[in-house]
Amino acid sequence: MIRIEPREAPSRRLTIGIPIASAILALLLAAIPLSFAGANIGEAYQQMAKGIFGSMFAFTEMLTRATPLIFTGLAATLAFRAKLWNIGAEGQLYLGAMAAVAVGTGWISGPPILLIPMILIAGALAGALGMAGPAYLKTRFGADEVVTTLLLNFIILIFIQMMLEGPLKDPMGMGWPQSSPVVDNAILPQILPRMRLHYGLVIALVAAVIAHVMLSKSVWGLKLRAVGENAAAALHAGIGVKRTLMSAALISGAVAGLAGVSEVAGLRGYLTNDLSPGYGYTGIVVAMLAGLSPLGVVIAALFIASVFVGADTMSRAMGVSSYLADLVVSMSLICVLIGGFIARFTIKITPSNKKLSTTGSGAE
Amino acid sequence: MNNDTVLSLNRLSKQFGTVVANESVSIDLKRGEILSLLGENGAGKTTLMNMLFGHYMPDSGSIDVADANGQLTPLTLGHPQAALNVGIGMVHQHFTLAENLSAIDNILLGSESLFAWRRSMHQAREKINNIMQRTGLSAPLDTIVGQLSVGERQRVEILKALYRDTRILVLDEPTAVLTPQEADTLFANIKVMAKDGLSVIFISHKLREVLAFSHRIAVLRHGKKVGEIATKDADEKIISRLMVGADTPPTPRETMDVGAPMLQLIDLSVTGQSARTTLEHINLTVSANEIVGIAGVSGNGQSTLAKVISGLIAPTSGQVNIDSEQVIQFTPANLLKAGVGRIPEDRHHDGVIGAMSVAENLAIESLDSNEIQKNGFLRRQQLTLNAQRLSQKYDIRGPGTEAPARLLSGGNIQKLILARVFEASPKLILANQPTRGLDMGAVSEVGKRLLQARKRGAGILLISEDLDELLALADRIIVMHDGALHPAPSHDRAQIGLIMAGEIS
Repeated sequence: MIRIEPREAPSRRLTIGIPIASAILALLLAAIPLSFAGANIGEAYQQMAKGIFGSMFAFTEMLTRATPLIFTGLAATLAFRAKLWNIGAEGQLYLGAMAAVAVGTGWISGPPILLIPMILIAGALAGALGMAGPAYLKTRFGADEVVTTLLLNFIILIFIQMMLEGPLKDPMGMGWPQSSPVVDNAILPQILPRMRLHYGLVIALVAAVIAHVMLSKSVWGLKLRAVGENAAAALHAGIGVKRTLMSAALISGAVAGLAGVSEVAGLRGYLTNDLSPGYGYTGIVVAMLAGLSPLGVVIAALFIASVFVGADTMSRAMGVSSYLADLVVSMSLICVLIGGFIARFTIKITPSNKKLSTTGSGAE
Repeated sequence: MNNDTVLSLNRLSKQFGTVVANESVSIDLKRGEILSLLGENGAGKTTLMNMLFGHYMPDSGSIDVADANGQLTPLTLGHPQAALNVGIGMVHQHFTLAENLSAIDNILLGSESLFAWRRSMHQAREKINNIMQRTGLSAPLDTIVGQLSVGERQRVEILKALYRDTRILVLDEPTAVLTPQEADTLFANIKVMAKDGLSVIFISHKLREVLAFSHRIAVLRHGKKVGEIATKDADEKIISRLMVGADTPPTPRETMDVGAPMLQLIDLSVTGQSARTTLEHINLTVSANEIVGIAGVSGNGQSTLAKVISGLIAPTSGQVNIDSEQVIQFTPANLLKAGVGRIPEDRHHDGVIGAMSVAENLAIESLDSNEIQKNGFLRRQQLTLNAQRLSQKYDIRGPGTEAPARLLSGGNIQKLILARVFEASPKLILANQPTRGLDMGAVSEVGKRLLQARKRGAGILLISEDLDELLALADRIIVMHDGALHPAPSHDRAQIGLIMAGEIS
């Protein structure tokens, strides 16, 4: 007989080991669809590895892809820790990107030392603003933030489209719905010559470290965790629950906004409405895979970026669909969720005792 | 059937990790017998009952239950449904009701077929009414459970068990929330039902009840059965020595002159959503060096009163003074600052954040103090040192100061809360059901601490449903009924009981 019993405290080894095991398992499970696609599995994995580690360029491409995921993963982590389900990082990312091009495409000129912080601040503020509405509705009226933030994503995307057809449209853009390019002095510089990798990664890493320190070492972080773990007790203990939720919401939005700035000022150079292939949503997977730990987010983002970049290479080389990447990412999330369940429970197998006494009799 | 044993637990053992919860416990129960199961918190009573009920799988041992012919048959272990089928019913200490369903739906929950076309509510209602009449337990059947008081919820739980034609009923501390009269009625009726053939296992901390009510007493300590005695041969001394291994000294208290008023409620009213959350023109003064006890059945406004003094809700009208300063803004932070220490009614829900460490939980009410933080950052070392000191001073036992608080037992969680409250040297202490569900050691610890605070000069408002506790600790007892206060003329148990039941002269 198999029994499932709750475990008192999952050990540290389990909390770290399970996401890693899940990631590996998801990669292994990818062999199943690969074989369906008729590919040589060994070669496919080889191509995947080559796509990530095969050359300096491949590796920096992976890091470039990981950069926005670190930001959006952090955004999700900070909100989720307070049990505030911000699903709107995608929209906040676009708001941040829009603020960056609004500020950084010409009407202010200055040296990079001035312009870069300015577009970063503008993007963060815009992202925070995108989260202010849902957070206010939640703390004031108890509106479900899952719904409001999710729906706001679509509103924001259509708004961006409108702006790209209107005020933000590049007059030199030959009619394409895209913004004017970000001026050179506002561009996030490249880290290595001839590689696309830019200083957005450094900012993302710094953000992760700051988030880690704030969460685990600051009074604000303690309040945030308290509100997330037991809002009733936090309220009773005199913590301003609404204020804490509000601050978590705004900071989460701001970090998501930074993802937009980093993409537009570090990679693309101008804003289009296909800036993000769903980084905001993938950030949620990153955060969950990281067990809502800011430093874990960095590792999880690297993993997921590797899967995406590796699968791209693989699909090109092997002629299989690049949607395999999405499949691996999804499977790793499922594995983590199942792994999290296993971590909380122990499965005990005892010899079955077929000593069933009564069924149905007994009463009256 | 002369030797009509209906239930026999044979050498049951259960281990959680390294903790031995039960070690080779054997207990027999006869038809129509009321067996008291006594033991301190953590002695293994609940684990034992959970094994009986199929919630836990014993590591070794077996359980036999008499079938319809009185023949002892082994029970399938680890299957709640099997236990239900043979007529074992359990009323848990922590309620297992669905809060969004009505009382009657909760009673019927699980005993109806999922695929029935229509519900025979009429018949069910008749049966429940019948049980209510027989036992004297009453509950508003059509009210949503979420709106019921703790006491009413418990009655729904008992009704739920009785509705299923239970032959063996396990009551896990059933009287904690009843008035003495209600408890007496419950006992009387369970006695009648026992004569009728119902076997009862009764888990309690209250020795007086156990002695008055049961036929036989089994005592557990550290997971082992340390004694079994017929009630007629037992007295409080013998039992408590079995339970804790030593006599518990009565709480010593000295008479004191009261000081300045620490809490003044002046014509305080709260308009709640229902009668149970409404307060009407409350006037109350609690002075320094004084313990004022609020007696009453739960659901008569005590929670609302506690919420106002905790700062969780603001009164509709009237005034609250703490140490002669009027409270303007009702937030928990403000009342903390004004010098109110709060021991919440539901310590798991409001008292601690289970996922956070013991050290963090100890600090959480004083996050602004320079001992805890510097420039907005936690002084981790200080936090740990502080927690280690308080763990020693208040005897908080558990896996350590950095372990999550949820790993502590109920008694140790309460000690954590006591440490947090008393270390802040509050002017007023609001203790709401501070000993509910605690073992004797922890109960006497709470009493000792409250008396110490009284001596130090704090005013204490003690809200409790345990009349024994109020009689032992309070200088004055005030009964709360229907949202109003009625001073009890003296420490007279019978009279207080009458006022609690609403029969005010």
